[in-house]
Amino acid sequence: MNPRPENRGAAIDLDTVSKDYGSFKALDAVSLHIKPGEFMTLLGPSGSGKTTTLNVIAGFTDATSGKLLVGGKSVVGVPAHKRNIGVVFQHYALFPHMTVGRNVAYPLALRGVTGAERERRVRQALDMVKMADFAHRYPSELSGGQQQRVALARAIVFDPPLLLMDEPLGALDKKLREWLQLEIKRIHRELGTTFVYVTHDQEEALVLSDRIAVFNRGSIEQIGTGRELYDEPATLFVGKFIGDSTVLRGQAATSAGETAIVISGQTVVTDKRLADGGSPVMLLRPEKLALAPRGAADAGRNRLAGRVGEAIYLGSGSKYEVVLADGSKAIVRSALEAQSFAIGDEVDVLFAGRDVKLLADDDKADLTLT
Amino acid sequence: MEMKPLTRVILGLVCLLVAIWLVAPTLVVVPMSFNENKSLAFPPQGFSWQWYQNFFTNPDWTSSFLNSLKVASIVAVLATVLGTLAAFGLDRMRARPANVLRMLMLTPMVVPGVVLAIGIYAVYLDAHLVGTLTGFVLAHTILALPFVLIAVSANLEVFDKRLETAAASLGAGALTTFRTVTLPLILPGMLSGLLFAFATSFDEIVVSLFITNPYLKTLPVQIFSSITRDADPTVAAVGTILLCATTLLIGGGMLLLGRERKGRP
Repeated sequence: MNPRPENRGAAIDLDTVSKDYGSFKALDAVSLHIKPGEFMTLLGPSGSGKTTTLNVIAGFTDATSGKLLVGGKSVVGVPAHKRNIGVVFQHYALFPHMTVGRNVAYPLALRGVTGAERERRVRQALDMVKMADFAHRYPSELSGGQQQRVALARAIVFDPPLLLMDEPLGALDKKLREWLQLEIKRIHRELGTTFVYVTHDQEEALVLSDRIAVFNRGSIEQIGTGRELYDEPATLFVGKFIGDSTVLRGQAATSAGETAIVISGQTVVTDKRLADGGSPVMLLRPEKLALAPRGAADAGRNRLAGRVGEAIYLGSGSKYEVVLADGSKAIVRSALEAQSFAIGDEVDVLFAGRDVKLLADDDKADLTLT
Repeated sequence: MEMKPLTRVILGLVCLLVAIWLVAPTLVVVPMSFNENKSLAFPPQGFSWQWYQNFFTNPDWTSSFLNSLKVASIVAVLATVLGTLAAFGLDRMRARPANVLRMLMLTPMVVPGVVLAIGIYAVYLDAHLVGTLTGFVLAHTILALPFVLIAVSANLEVFDKRLETAAASLGAGALTTFRTVTLPLILPGMLSGLLFAFATSFDEIVVSLFITNPYLKTLPVQIFSSITRDADPTVAAVGTILLCATTLLIGGGMLLLGRERKGRP
């Protein structure tokens, strides 16, 4: 583990990679380029293909077709144990019959690293995950979080140019998860290795990643930074998966650079345009919406009449669920100092036309989260 | 439900009676081995070590004891290797054919020993295996293999196969993975299988009576022929020695199995 973080990561190229299980397409022509040293998160609901992608890169699963390059070289047909890729599993997978020290030394022993050099690198890896004092313990004597840190040390001790992590924090409680997220971020910064991280937790993806690839039903819906995915979702699925959102359906008419959408009997105007003129879906972020008492004057903003169905106090502000006349719901987050409302209040939901995102309706967008 | 004191006492007494009934035959042997007279009468008269001395000096006894030791040792190793391989094969097969095969391999535990003995004897006559070391080893391995299969299968059930994936990701090929990860973790099951296999062969009598001849006798065969010829208390001495030895062996095996069930550090 020499400190030269600039060029230590490997680039990864997936080119139209598919994986079939009989007639079921677990991966459908997935293409993805990951830059050297990048922190790339594969995000999606379970069964979306993100773990299959990771297994294909690791060599645990063979792709049915497509090309896979790690560091510019094809690894198709190369068995997992010859790929020199670090993997961290959700279930830790530490060897129960070996101490922490021997677990971390295992990949070094296989690479013929012996004696003082081996000890030095084991210690260095354990130092990095702050587990150096536990070298003589057995995995069963450690907590889940400690075991996962040891697993991380074992996966980086042999200096792999690529580290894969499969929901590594999935089995841990929230507080520990948030702390380990920051630890993983720090280790990524210090190592400069390429990280590929699989999760179904969009908040975790936003905290950790340089870029996120959103998976759905075996293919990638969108690749981008967290900000890009949140502000400019390419599909309704991405918009709904990343962050809270209000989704409203209506009839649209485009004229003179403006789009007018009739929702629940009321017209909304936006400068956004819909490419194919079909029936659009309007996506609104909760912090872009405001609430006002029914009929209060506020020119220049769109307004939709509704009734407060749920009011939740969050400490830093409030969250409201407003039921519109046609039964659809809008989620509004308001700051602490804003006027507060009670369940049953008749209100107007206000928002600017430029904050509307118009997306094509998409039958794939139904979320099945587990 | 709370038990009445009287019920508790009666229940305790019944348990004690059953326990005595079960252990009594075994415990009768021990005092008889110290008999002063050449008789198997119970209760024994006086006290002497002469039958133990006889066991260790009479070539009939020493050679049969060494034969049993030799056969049981080879059987233990052979059955452990074959049983472990079988357990692995079954573990990695699809469930349905695996269950059929497993039942087949466990039949030697269920089939009456005499039936097995007749079959083996008939084949051995043609194959000239009666009274040979090979003959004994093959026959006893058939009987011992199910014990290894059961012990190793139980161990494999709790073995986390994902550890093998982890080992591969760290650079270990299939063989290295087996040697450094899988084998150490199923070793307790293999060892208890080895002990059961040894014990099974060491005190096997039914099949052995069929395939023995004057040139090759195992200890149980020697005990049986001795007691049918004359009332030699040496059998009681042998019995006592075997009792101590098997108690240690089986006890050790149970300890290993029990430790494995609870999960190791």
